[in-house]
Amino acid sequence: MTTTATTTATIGATTIELTDDGFFVDPSVWTEDMVTELARREGIEPVTDGHWNVIRFMRKEYVEKGAGPSVRALGKTSGFSVKELYQLFPKGPAKIAARVAGIPKPRGCI
Amino acid sequence: MILGGGTGGTLTANRLRKLYKPGEAEIVVVDQDDNHVYQPGLLFVPFGLTDADDIVRPRGRQLHAGISYHQSSIDHVDIDDDRVHLDDGTTLPYDVLVIATGATLVPDETEGLTGAGWMERVFTFYTAFIDLPIKCPVAPLEFCFLADWYFTERGIRDRVELVFVTPLDGAFTKPVASERLVGMLAEKGIELVTDFNTGEVDGAGGRLISYDGREVPFDLAVIVPLHGGAAYVGRSPGLGDELNFVPTDQRTLQSRAAANVFVIGDAADVPTSKAGSVTHFEGDTLVANIAHHLAGEALEAGFDGHANCFIETGFHKALLIDFNYETEPLTGHFPGRVGLPLLKESRLNHLGKLMFQWIYWNALLPGRDLPGLGSTMPAAGKTAAESTSSTPVPEGA
Repeated sequence: MTTTATTTATIGATTIELTDDGFFVDPSVWTEDMVTELARREGIEPVTDGHWNVIRFMRKEYVEKGAGPSVRALGKTSGFSVKELYQLFPKGPAKIAARVAGIPKPRGCI
Repeated sequence: MILGGGTGGTLTANRLRKLYKPGEAEIVVVDQDDNHVYQPGLLFVPFGLTDADDIVRPRGRQLHAGISYHQSSIDHVDIDDDRVHLDDGTTLPYDVLVIATGATLVPDETEGLTGAGWMERVFTFYTAFIDLPIKCPVAPLEFCFLADWYFTERGIRDRVELVFVTPLDGAFTKPVASERLVGMLAEKGIELVTDFNTGEVDGAGGRLISYDGREVPFDLAVIVPLHGGAAYVGRSPGLGDELNFVPTDQRTLQSRAAANVFVIGDAADVPTSKAGSVTHFEGDTLVANIAHHLAGEALEAGFDGHANCFIETGFHKALLIDFNYETEPLTGHFPGRVGLPLLKESRLNHLGKLMFQWIYWNALLPGRDLPGLGSTMPAAGKTAAESTSSTPVPEGA
């Protein structure tokens, strides 16, 4: 028995389904041209090269391992320290970057 | 070969010894010391409710006859050669390896935590003996509730400000329990600070500083440091992840590193609380799958993520939660329609928690079945969740 209420959001011309805490239900519908709009909704403007590096790293980890990394794992593997990650995503790097990267809630945020 | 003589290693060894006659399998347990700590008891020590000596027993004595106990720290595991290399120079070959070496604290990973004030005004309750993943999300809550009770009993509660600071977005990881626990913190006058990812501890200045620049002042801080897996995991090529936990199939408990390596308890990277109850419930699946592996049979996807935790709330009461991978902690009764109340303070739950220490040493570790307590989560007696998500929906969604 799961309680996965979902909601929808319109990004450009595409309607996407989100979990009640804002993560993509189907990560395969995500495309890179959604990033600017997804980031803006999280209060991130403009999207810098640093943001892109983290977002692409999150996607890669998700594809390879089936889950996005926690902020600690990200700090050890992404090339950015946890401090730098917080400068890029002040409201929580793992959570916000996962939302913008269109992947499920990272496992560290059980 | 079982690495670790704590909850998971001990109950696995004892159950395997029952399953296989001495001539059929040789069972060896390795640990670096001879102190088996009943970890739930650690919370009671600072409040004078138990002595540190009362919660520690020799590891080897918890193992059934016919199990070898080898005391040494571990250098590394060679998963390609099926050998464990110990720091005392011994090399032990294995057919099946069980990793049960738990989680360790890594306070050095948080800036300033072990600096000025460490063990003077900055403590951890795992040392008699802040972040993600939290070993057991309810332990720091219990500490707050017990502190509230302790200061009330001493008649000075009105002069003590208690603040619970958590990296989570609520008092717990799942919405129904979180809402209940947030209400209880408020009733007891304990302030809750959420989404606080501690980046630095300023012991001299008495401040916790989050990565996003917020500050919480303190006179005394009790901190759950970051956790990692055992250091030897990091020295064993191909075995662990970046935090030294072992990537593990969450249903079969087989490691992803090698078919003959299994993982139980805190050492695994499975998405559960790092709690003794989880380790206990994993035992059934783990032992069955070791037998399947040795017999060349397919493994069972048997473990459902079941966790069951008593939460001490002070004043001789406790709360009980019961959940698994799919079902969050709900209200109702455990294990059936008649039983211990769930998500509700009661004296019965407190007695349950106290009684559990006896059960731990005398039934759980020896590998006896506990009547009425199966490894899969019981659904009878639970009240379905009303949708009470406390997580805000993002703007525009």
